[in-house]
Amino acid sequence: MAEPKTKYDRQLRIWGEQGQTALEKASVCLLNCGPTGSETLKNLVLGGVGSITVIDGSKVESGDLGNNFMVDESSVGQSKAKCVCQFLQELNDAVKAKFIEEYPEALIQTNPSFFSQFTLVVATQLVEDSMVKLDRICRDANVLLIFARSYGLTGLVRISLKEHTVIESKPEHFLDDLRLNNPWPELRGFAETIDLDVSDPVAHKHTPYVVILVKMAQEWAKSHGGKLPTTREEKKEFKELIKARMTAIDEDNYREAIENSFKVFTPRGISPELQQIISDSRSEIDSSSSDFWVMVAALKEFLANEGGGEAPLEGSIPDMTSSTEHYVALQKIYQAKAEADFLVIDQRVRSLLKKIGRDPSSISKATVKSFCKNARKLKVCRYRPIEDEFSSPILPDLQKYLTDEDYSVAGGFYILLRAVDRFAANYNSFPGKFEGVMDEDISRLKTTAVGLLSDLGCNGVTLTEDLINEMCRFGAAELHAVAAFIGGIASQEVIKLITRQFVPLSGTFIFNGIDHKSQLLAL
Amino acid sequence: MVESTVQQSRSRDLDKLLLRPGNLVGPNFEPGPGLREDLKEYVRVLVVGAGGLGCELLKDLALSGFREIEVIDMDRIEVSNLNRQFLFRLEDVGKPKAEVAARRVMQRVAGVNIVPHFCRIEDKELDFYSNFSIIALGLDSIEARSYINSVACSFLEYDADDKPQEETVKPMVDGGTEGFQGHARVIMPGITPCFECTIWLFPPQVKFPLCTLAETPRTAAHCIEYAHLIKWDEVHSGEAFDPDDPEHMKWVYDEANKRAELFGIPGVTLSLTQGVVKNIIPAIASTNAIISAACALETLKIASGCSKTLSNYLTYNGAEGLHTKVTEFVRDKDCLVCGPGVLIELDASVTLQKFIELLEEHPKLLLSKASIAHRGKNLYMQAPPVLEEMTRSNLSKSLYDLMGKIPKDVVHATGTTNKNDKKTSVLRKLRVVFKGVDEITDMETAAGGA
Ligand SMILES: [Zn+2]
Repeated sequence: MAEPKTKYDRQLRIWGEQGQTALEKASVCLLNCGPTGSETLKNLVLGGVGSITVIDGSKVESGDLGNNFMVDESSVGQSKAKCVCQFLQELNDAVKAKFIEEYPEALIQTNPSFFSQFTLVVATQLVEDSMVKLDRICRDANVLLIFARSYGLTGLVRISLKEHTVIESKPEHFLDDLRLNNPWPELRGFAETIDLDVSDPVAHKHTPYVVILVKMAQEWAKSHGGKLPTTREEKKEFKELIKARMTAIDEDNYREAIENSFKVFTPRGISPELQQIISDSRSEIDSSSSDFWVMVAALKEFLANEGGGEAPLEGSIPDMTSSTEHYVALQKIYQAKAEADFLVIDQRVRSLLKKIGRDPSSISKATVKSFCKNARKLKVCRYRPIEDEFSSPILPDLQKYLTDEDYSVAGGFYILLRAVDRFAANYNSFPGKFEGVMDEDISRLKTTAVGLLSDLGCNGVTLTEDLINEMCRFGAAELHAVAAFIGGIASQEVIKLITRQFVPLSGTFIFNGIDHKSQLLAL
Repeated sequence: MVESTVQQSRSRDLDKLLLRPGNLVGPNFEPGPGLREDLKEYVRVLVVGAGGLGCELLKDLALSGFREIEVIDMDRIEVSNLNRQFLFRLEDVGKPKAEVAARRVMQRVAGVNIVPHFCRIEDKELDFYSNFSIIALGLDSIEARSYINSVACSFLEYDADDKPQEETVKPMVDGGTEGFQGHARVIMPGITPCFECTIWLFPPQVKFPLCTLAETPRTAAHCIEYAHLIKWDEVHSGEAFDPDDPEHMKWVYDEANKRAELFGIPGVTLSLTQGVVKNIIPAIASTNAIISAACALETLKIASGCSKTLSNYLTYNGAEGLHTKVTEFVRDKDCLVCGPGVLIELDASVTLQKFIELLEEHPKLLLSKASIAHRGKNLYMQAPPVLEEMTRSNLSKSLYDLMGKIPKDVVHATGTTNKNDKKTSVLRKLRVVFKGVDEITDMETAAGGA
C-alpha cells in the first residue's frame, strides 16, 4: 500500500490535509451513470472521496460502449450501475463503492428520505420535473445537490442548496493585509527604530518597503493635517518623495515602495462584500445558528470595538527586499498583532456561544484562528430553489442573456434545454432522437420554445433557427468529450463544496461546445 | 450483418453529429457514414504526453470516433500520478506511461488501435510526425511544447505569394493545467498563431537572485534553494544532485532547516522542499478532465468539421466560481517558426560544414550543433553515431550540390539554442538562396523536376 500522502501529494498542495479529510468523510450519491455521471465520479474516486453510491436502473446497451469508458463488451445486458461501480472501485480501493439498480425518478417519487444519508447528490441527465422534486427533497434534508447534464454540444451544471459559507475562499489575487494606511502602535514603533537616511548603503538598500511606506506616510500626514494622499496629484507627489529618498539606482526596496504605494492610499476599513456579510440578518444569532454565523457575530462586535473598523489582521507578509533581520522582525510584529486580534475574537466567540446556550468550547480554536486569518475573504453563496428559477426567472436578466451578443447562444441553450424537457413530456421522446421526423421535430421544438418563453413572460424574444435546428440535430446525444467536460466541472464543484474551500460557481453554467463561449447565467 | 448493426449502435450518440447536416458547422463538413468511416480509417492522431492530460486525451479520442492513435512519452509511472492519471494502478508504478496507457484504453474500447512510443520527443525523426493528421499536446513543459510546435510548423509550405498551402498545415491542439486553472488552444500553423507567436503567454519562471539566497534569506523557499543550489555543491564535490533520490532530498531538507533555524525563518517542511526543488505544479483530476475534453472535442471538430472550431485560445479558471474566456490571438507575422522561414543568402561554394557554422553565429538563430535535412533527406546528422558516420562525408561538399543545384529552397535545421539560460532543442526552417546562380538554372531544374 503506497503512502496516501504520496499518492495525493499533488492535490494536498491545493486543498491541504483538512480538505482531504473532509473529502474522505464525504458520501456522494450519483443519479444516472451515463458518461456525464461516470466521469464526475471518476474524478472524485481518484481524489479519494469517502464513499460513492451509484444509482441507475438501466442495462448496458451496445450504444453505451461508444460513449462510456466505464463499460465494455462484457457489460452489455448487465446493470449499468453495477458495471460502472466495479470499474470505479478498481481506481481506488480506499473508496467505499456501492450501487443500486433502480431508476432515480422512481426513487425520487417513492423514497425521498433515501437521500438524507448522503453528504451530496450529483444528479445527472434528469429532466425538469425530477429536478424540481429532488431539489425540494435535498433542501429539506440539508443535502448538497449538483445537477449536471450533457446534451449534444451543450449542457449545464447547476448547484442547488440553501446556503454555503466559505472561510478559506483562497482567492488568487487579493490585497495583502499590511495596514500601511492604518498602522498600529507596534508597527509604527518598529518603523521609528529605523533611520531611512542611514549612511551605510547596504543597510539603505535593505530597508523593507513596509518600513519606508509607514514612515513616509507618517511624514506626509504630519504636513497634511493628519490626512494621507487622496488626489491623483497628491499620490504622484508622494511617489516622487519616495523616489527622492533613493541613494542609488539599484535600490529594489525603493522601487518596491513606489510600486506598493497604493497600499497607503487604499481606504481604511472593510470591503463592501464583508460589510454585506456582517449586515446579513443571519449575523443576529440564536441557538440554531451555524458556527460560521457565530463567528461573524463575533467579528461584528470586534469591528465595532477593538478592531476600530478593521478586520482582524491576517498576520503574514509577502516577500520583499530586506535584510533577514528586519524581515524576520517585521514578520513577528505582524504575527503578534494577528495573535492578539485572534484572542479577542476567540473570547467573543466563547461568550456568544454561552449567550445562545451552546457549549462555549464547541467551536475549536483552530477554526476561530482560520476564520480570523481569512476574515477579509469570507464568502456566502446562496442558490434559488430550482422551482423558483424555473417558474419565475429574473426576467430583465433573462431578456439580456437572450439578446446580448456574448450571451445569446448560451441563453438560447438555456431555454432549449428546458424546452426539450417539455417536448419530451408532450411527445414521449427528445426532439431528433429518432431519424425521419427531423422537420416535424424542429417545428415542434420551435413551438415549444416559443410557448415556454411566453409562459416566462419573455415575449418578443426569438431564438435563432440555427440554434433550434442544432438542438434537434443533437437528438439528446451524450457525447463522451462533452460529458467529460461537464463531469469535470461537476466534480470540481463537488470538491469545492465538500472541502469548503474556494468559491463554488454561482448561477447555471451553460456549456457552449460550438465555439466554447460558455456562460454563467444567474436567474 | 450483425456486425454492422452493432457497429452502428456503438456510435449511437456520435452519429447524431457526424451523420446529420447542420448550420453551425465547419466549412468542409460532409455528414454521412463515409465521414464516420474516414475518421476511423484515415485520421491519425498523435497524443504527445501520457500524463494527466494524455490519459484523458487517449480515452476521450478513443470514444470520439478515432481509431488510429499513437502516444509518445518518455516518463515512467510514479505513485504521485495516481490521483489523476486514471489509466494507471499501483502495480504499474515504474512502468512506461505510454505503454500502460495505450494498453488500458485498448482493453476497454474495442477496435481502437493505440501505438505507444516510450522515448523522448526529440528521438523521433521528422517523418514520424509528418504521418499524423492532427497532433494533440498534453504536456507540462514549455520546452516540449515549443519543440513539437516547431516540428509541426516545419511541414508548412508557402506558395510564391507567401500564402500558406492548406494541405501542408498540420493542426495542433494544445492543453495545459495548473491547479484549478488551464488552457486549451487550437493551432493551425500559418493561419492561427503558433506556440512561438504567443510565447509571451508563458513567461519564464522567476528565479531567486543568488545574493538573496546567500546573504539575505527571508522565506523558507530561500533556505531550501540555498541548500539545493549552493550548499549541495560545496559539500558534494562533483556529485550531481538527483531530485528523485530521497536521500538527496532529505539532505537538502535538513540543511534548509538548519539555515532556517539560524535565521529564525519559519515554514520549512519536507513537502515544501520537494515542491521548490522539483518545481512541482499542483494537479487535480477535474481540471485535467475538463481541459482534455475541450482538446478532444476540438480534435473531433477539426477532423470532421461537425461544428465550428475554437478560435483560438480558451482560458479556464475554476477556483473562484468558474470563468472561461475565449481569446482570438493573432499571428506574429515575423515569427521564426510558423513564418516562411529565415532567409539565408549563400555563395554556391559554401560547404555544409561552413553552413552549420554560420547557423551558430546567425543572430536570429544562434543554433548550435545543427543537423540538416533537405526535403526529408538527412544531409548531416549529429546523432546517433551511426547516422553521423554515414552523413559525415557530406560536410566537405557544397550545400548547393547537396541540395541538387536548386537556386533556392527550404532546409530544416535541428539543434540547440539557449533560452532563459537553458539549453533547448529547436527546429528551424531556413530559406536558403544561392547568390550568383543563373535564373535559367532555376527553370531548368523546375522543368526537370516536373
Ligand atoms: Zn508562429
